[in-house]
Amino acid sequence: MGAAGILKKQFEEVLGGPLEWQDRHAPELVRSGLPEVDAAMGGIPRGCLTEITGPASSGRTSLLVSILATASAGGEACALVDAEDAFDPLSAAASGVHLDKLLWVRCGHHAEHALKAADLLIQGGGFGVVAMDLGDTPPANARRISLTSWFRLRRAVEHTPTVLLTVARESNAKTCASLILECARREVSWRGGPLAGARLLEAIRVEVARRKPAREVRAHVRLPVR
Amino acid sequence: MYACLCGSGDLVALAREFSPVVEATAPGVVTLHAAGLERLFGPAQDVAAAMARRAAELGLQANLALAANADAAICAARGFAGIGIVPEGDEAKYLGTLPLALLAPSPELGETLARWGIRRFRDLAALPPLGIAERLGAEGLRLRTLARGESDRKLVPIEMPEDFAEELDPEYPIVLLEPLAFLLASLVNGLALRLATRALATDELRLRLALENRAAHERTLRLPVPTLDTRALLKLLQLDLAAHPPEAGIVGIRMEMHPEKPRAAQSGLFVLASPEPVKLEVTLARIRALVGEGHVGSPELLDTHRPGAFRMAEEEPLPDGRGSVPSRDRQGAVLQLKPKPLVLRVFRPPREARVALAAGQPSFVVAEGVRGNVVERSGPWRTSGDWWTNDPWSRDEWDIALGDGGLYRLYCEPRGWFLEGCYD
Repeated sequence: MGAAGILKKQFEEVLGGPLEWQDRHAPELVRSGLPEVDAAMGGIPRGCLTEITGPASSGRTSLLVSILATASAGGEACALVDAEDAFDPLSAAASGVHLDKLLWVRCGHHAEHALKAADLLIQGGGFGVVAMDLGDTPPANARRISLTSWFRLRRAVEHTPTVLLTVARESNAKTCASLILECARREVSWRGGPLAGARLLEAIRVEVARRKPAREVRAHVRLPVR
Repeated sequence: MYACLCGSGDLVALAREFSPVVEATAPGVVTLHAAGLERLFGPAQDVAAAMARRAAELGLQANLALAANADAAICAARGFAGIGIVPEGDEAKYLGTLPLALLAPSPELGETLARWGIRRFRDLAALPPLGIAERLGAEGLRLRTLARGESDRKLVPIEMPEDFAEELDPEYPIVLLEPLAFLLASLVNGLALRLATRALATDELRLRLALENRAAHERTLRLPVPTLDTRALLKLLQLDLAAHPPEAGIVGIRMEMHPEKPRAAQSGLFVLASPEPVKLEVTLARIRALVGEGHVGSPELLDTHRPGAFRMAEEEPLPDGRGSVPSRDRQGAVLQLKPKPLVLRVFRPPREARVALAAGQPSFVVAEGVRGNVVERSGPWRTSGDWWTNDPWSRDEWDIALGDGGLYRLYCEPRGWFLEGCYD
């Protein structure tokens, strides 16, 4: 019997009956828009902080944009806090993001501003998705964001119907994140002969692995070039 | 007590001098609620004399009648010349001699009454109500009530255009925002109260500050929906003035609110939640103060092939969630049928690159944060446009894969080589 079990037994002895532990309600899951990810992970939880991590060209931004596209197509208001001003509206529109449902905050290479803006947006309420893109922020700068700030964000989004997403090279929120998805590039497909002008970048195949909760789940996604 | 003016000229202006509740009953006929005027002028005769005197001063020719109810006053003013006071309780007797045509009955009803020999008010007033109801219906009963001077209807007043503005002159020039906020709060609260008493809200707030250097500092706040949330209005004003401070001490303040009917919205059980518009406006104002003007908004693509062309829409996305929202399941199913393409992360500004070529193709790239051998490439893809304008563009693009696995978009234009972004 573990420590929790012993404690529970002691409580039950004091209270004079079996103790019904109150379970936390399972959060509602929303679709990511990538069938492979949804099938493997179930979806992205509302009212929780979800981290998407990975190096450049690992498909993390495509996953983020896919979530925004699904939410905005469902009529939800979305907000993207873009720390490094890296969002491409043309790519997003091609992915199905309804730009008129998207609020884009360009923080001009200030991660602190991004954090404050995300906090304000969550406190304001009403958004289906609030995403904070720290994908190009140097890991050293991203690590400077204190755990207290992440905890504050997590508490702010709790018990709300908002999906809070962050994209970064590595996990920064640590214990404050309810779901951590790690993206990795597996294969790049090219088409055509070696002659100049005859070769095309066709698609990349990425692997999305769940790092938290601990039970490892993987999904393989093919992302074609538009 | 009611008064009626029947004549020509600007009778509404005359009536407004005596009462705020004025009805434009018909062309040339104006009725006003005169209750309480006796405390100002004395008995009804004196009230009538005061009104007649003012009409004469304004050069108006009008009959005037005062009565306990509006319709009796109207009938008396239309039927009798000069000034008349209908005694309360004796309306039927006073109005009895007036011709029935004054009540403008319908042609059929008028013909029927004429055949019965009923030509004056008193003839109709003397008929039994049950008999009239049986033979002439509701219209006949209405005419009988008017003929007896027993009507009890309310006036439909003309809405008066109001100026929701207030001014304040501080005793000494104000140079700090904090003391200014106290004064602004009193103005905002006062105007909001005035609007609230008329069941109105505001969608535009104009502030004019008179400065010590004789200049004026004007700011206008436009709200997405009419509101009376004084805290939000004050916060928006504070953030706006913090971003655009006046250049000298403030010696005069004028605040004006544009009146607008409040927005009535009903939420639905199945309507998705969306940001509350006024709260969102305050949130966006705070974020603008943080990241700067023009950095917050909804992106809007431009109708051009120029790479990276977009603009930030001025109006923020306010998805109110109303209307037919597609069900999430169906929408999700539709979206998932279409594979999601690879997305580009853009470098803003594009990163200047040094590129080594081999057989006319990039073989090695160095840029800020990027360095490596080009192991795969696709291109060049030549694009150009706007050559008919003063701002033409042309470039050769490559999609390249570097040794570290990164996929980038590289382009060459007359200014040199640049990395546009990274496929991610």
